[in-house]
Amino acid sequence: MAGHSAEEIKKETRVYVLVFVALAALTLITVGVSYLHLSFGAAVALALFIATIKGSLVAAFFMHLISERRLIYAVLILTFAFFLALIFLPLGGQVDNLSG
Amino acid sequence: MQIPYTVEARPDTGLYNAKLGIWLFLASEVMLFGALFSTLILLRTGAAEWPHGYEILNVPLATLNTMVLISSSVSMVLSWAALRLHDFKKFRLWMGTTFTLGLAFMVIKAIEYGAKFEHHLYPSTDNFMAIYFTLTGLHGLHVLGGMIVMAYLLGPGSRMWKMEPDRFTNRVEVVGLYWHFVDLVWIFLFPTLYLL
Amino acid sequence: MSVVERHEAEVGGHTDHHQEPFWRRYIFSQDHKVIGIQYGFTALLFLMLGFCLMLIMRWQLAFPGKPVPIIGGLLGAANAPGGIMLPEFYNQLGAMHGTIMVFLGVVPLLVGAFGNYVVPLQLGAPDMAFPKLNMASYWCYLAGGLIMLASFFVPGGAANSGWTSYPPLSEIATQGQTWWLVGMVFLITSSLLGSVNFIVTIFQLRAEGLTFMRLPYMIWSQLVTAFLLLLAFPPLEAAGILQLMDRVAGTSFFLPSGLVVSGQILDVAGGGNPLLWQHLFWFLAHPEVYVLILPAMGIVAEVIANNTRKPLWGYKPMVYSAVFLGFMSFIVWAHHMFLTGMGTAISSFFQTTTMIISVPSVVILTALLMSLWGGSIRFNTPMLFALAFLPMFGIGGLTGLPLGLAPSDIHLHDTYYVIGHFHYVVAPGTIFAIFAGIYYWFPKLTGRQMSERLGKLHFWPSFIFINGIFMPMFLQGLAGVSRRLYDGGDQYAHAQGVVHWNLFMSVSAWLLLVAQIPFIINLFVSIKKGVKVGANPWDATTLEWAAAPSPPVAHGNFPEIPVVTRGPYEYSPPDSDRAFLPQNAVSQEG
Repeated sequence: MAGHSAEEIKKETRVYVLVFVALAALTLITVGVSYLHLSFGAAVALALFIATIKGSLVAAFFMHLISERRLIYAVLILTFAFFLALIFLPLGGQVDNLSG
Repeated sequence: MQIPYTVEARPDTGLYNAKLGIWLFLASEVMLFGALFSTLILLRTGAAEWPHGYEILNVPLATLNTMVLISSSVSMVLSWAALRLHDFKKFRLWMGTTFTLGLAFMVIKAIEYGAKFEHHLYPSTDNFMAIYFTLTGLHGLHVLGGMIVMAYLLGPGSRMWKMEPDRFTNRVEVVGLYWHFVDLVWIFLFPTLYLL
Repeated sequence: MSVVERHEAEVGGHTDHHQEPFWRRYIFSQDHKVIGIQYGFTALLFLMLGFCLMLIMRWQLAFPGKPVPIIGGLLGAANAPGGIMLPEFYNQLGAMHGTIMVFLGVVPLLVGAFGNYVVPLQLGAPDMAFPKLNMASYWCYLAGGLIMLASFFVPGGAANSGWTSYPPLSEIATQGQTWWLVGMVFLITSSLLGSVNFIVTIFQLRAEGLTFMRLPYMIWSQLVTAFLLLLAFPPLEAAGILQLMDRVAGTSFFLPSGLVVSGQILDVAGGGNPLLWQHLFWFLAHPEVYVLILPAMGIVAEVIANNTRKPLWGYKPMVYSAVFLGFMSFIVWAHHMFLTGMGTAISSFFQTTTMIISVPSVVILTALLMSLWGGSIRFNTPMLFALAFLPMFGIGGLTGLPLGLAPSDIHLHDTYYVIGHFHYVVAPGTIFAIFAGIYYWFPKLTGRQMSERLGKLHFWPSFIFINGIFMPMFLQGLAGVSRRLYDGGDQYAHAQGVVHWNLFMSVSAWLLLVAQIPFIINLFVSIKKGVKVGANPWDATTLEWAAAPSPPVAHGNFPEIPVVTRGPYEYSPPDSDRAFLPQNAVSQEG
């Protein structure tokens, strides 16, 4: 990791602080939204949407995924596909039962 | 014979070994926590009744804990940046801060659990409490694991900075990636359990 | 000198300047070769133990209710009063046979032993990427295995709810089940550490010139396998934690409300879902079966290419098939759950993916068969086992088809047909491939060759008797005989036409044990007395033969790090006079 100059690292540091502020703000927003007691579907969608933004910020900037290698992206995309299978396919097995 | 690419990146993959290793490990952790999220979804959709998290759990305390963890993520990445600027003192400061924030997280968690037990709410009470304790408990164990590694890097592990600074910097980067992932899990855990 | 000593000693003549103490060199070694051997011997012992458990079970199946001879008294009054096996003990033997064979025997052999030993050598690497992690993997595995063994001796005995541990039965079972769960946590951890190591090693430590499409098929199979282990095991780890919570902390993740046990309503919160366990379990356990077969195909591919003296036919389709197979394996799991009352929509989904996944398996098998065409076949012992693998895997695979289709599965699920199907793939399938690998790589490990005569004496009876055990199972299954019956169906009217096969199968099993004696003798005697050979006794092309001595150099494997210039199977190359060109050959002349 000796490739970056001191100025570049200082610039990255500024980005980290900005991301921190954004994360703190989004945390307060997501808590605030929960007090609105929206319908369950809307509440879930909104909560997951905000969480995804927060998570993406952590992943992209703190974990430097935004400048990471293709191999890492490939592993993560593969993992995410299986994650979706694990979440949704068992649900699919309940669908016929849920509707009676 | 030395194992290549422990410090410098391999040209075609662009990665050093531990970097690839930790991302693979994190991929497996996505599946571990994913299975528990799947459990939560299946149990909740199959249940006749399921409470809202905010009816039972302490939202303000957990919000504080969320801030604590987010802050610890920043201090962690700053500790790595400090090493890249060859500022070992700053590294110790930020890494120490991260450790302390991790400790604070665990203390607040202990208070939360204690309050639940006082109200006779245990994992065996119902499936909401069961999945709450299991998910936050497993997450807490991961925080603890991270703290142990941080203590090592601040303590005996820091000797490596004098002899192999680049390798030490990589170690900190890799631990940082783990720590950010633990933060990431909490970012999804918090609204799912507490706010919905 | 022991095998391991020879490894340490052959450092090109000069003394090892940092002589490590005995416990560092042989016990807590970080050298992939020593760890591979540790895995190998440990796993072979577990394999034999798992086999013996079955041999005892087969007595009960052949002679239900009769005292077990010779060792009946040793089983203990709790398990077999008067030497007559209790059903509870039969169930322990069954559950542990499956667990030990899959998790303590076959996978540690394929990945821990063969993978660890061969992969760095075939890559031209000095070791695995993370030697300390490798060592930790082995000790985690051993700990898990010992916990599993210890569970036989606790009150109530070992786990007895099948290797599948379905709740609610597994959750009201005796404490052995808790031991099983804890053991599994250790085994899964071991596997996780190992899979990270393998993937990083294969991506990062390939020798110069070793591009992906020049990798020996063995490496491809280990790479896909490592990804399966990495991503499929964690949900089972999660499920194990949940079942532990249910058993120990009183939760109800898998316990439905109002469950009545022995006339009493269970005092738990309820609201749980037994099917949740099945989903999480099979999410691992289906990819697990590809973990059982892929490295075996890797071994068979190496042995076939070498002993036909020609390149593998269809190397590229085989590679793409392995990758596609690995991917599909994650989305077929609920074909183990067709009878659980899942809706027709989701059943159709899983039937479709299951039919699709049969395609890459067939491609690989066909390519291996086509590889024989026009070859100069050498019928040595490894090749005999590799050749036998092909039709055996074919039978196993074909019998999977009616199981993967829901309408036929309704009749065949949980019958002996299933047992026949999966044993064909794993026993005369994978285990034969393992034997092929042992005979093939033994000279590399030891610098000596195993006896061909004893090898053939091992192969032919094994091949005959193993078919004797498993072929009749299809007949029993089609007649409707359920699996896991402690009397083999003896008390059921519908089984009476086929129950006589039990004696035949049991005798075949006991004779199969006898057939292993030449192998055991061969293995141990050849370490000291086998014919000494050079670095490349099989005239093979891959790096472990071409560049490393037999046995390989203690630190670093190669006197010189090889540079790869060509593909993995350049046998009888058209543009050269040479009979074969090693992967690191500098020119057409070798």
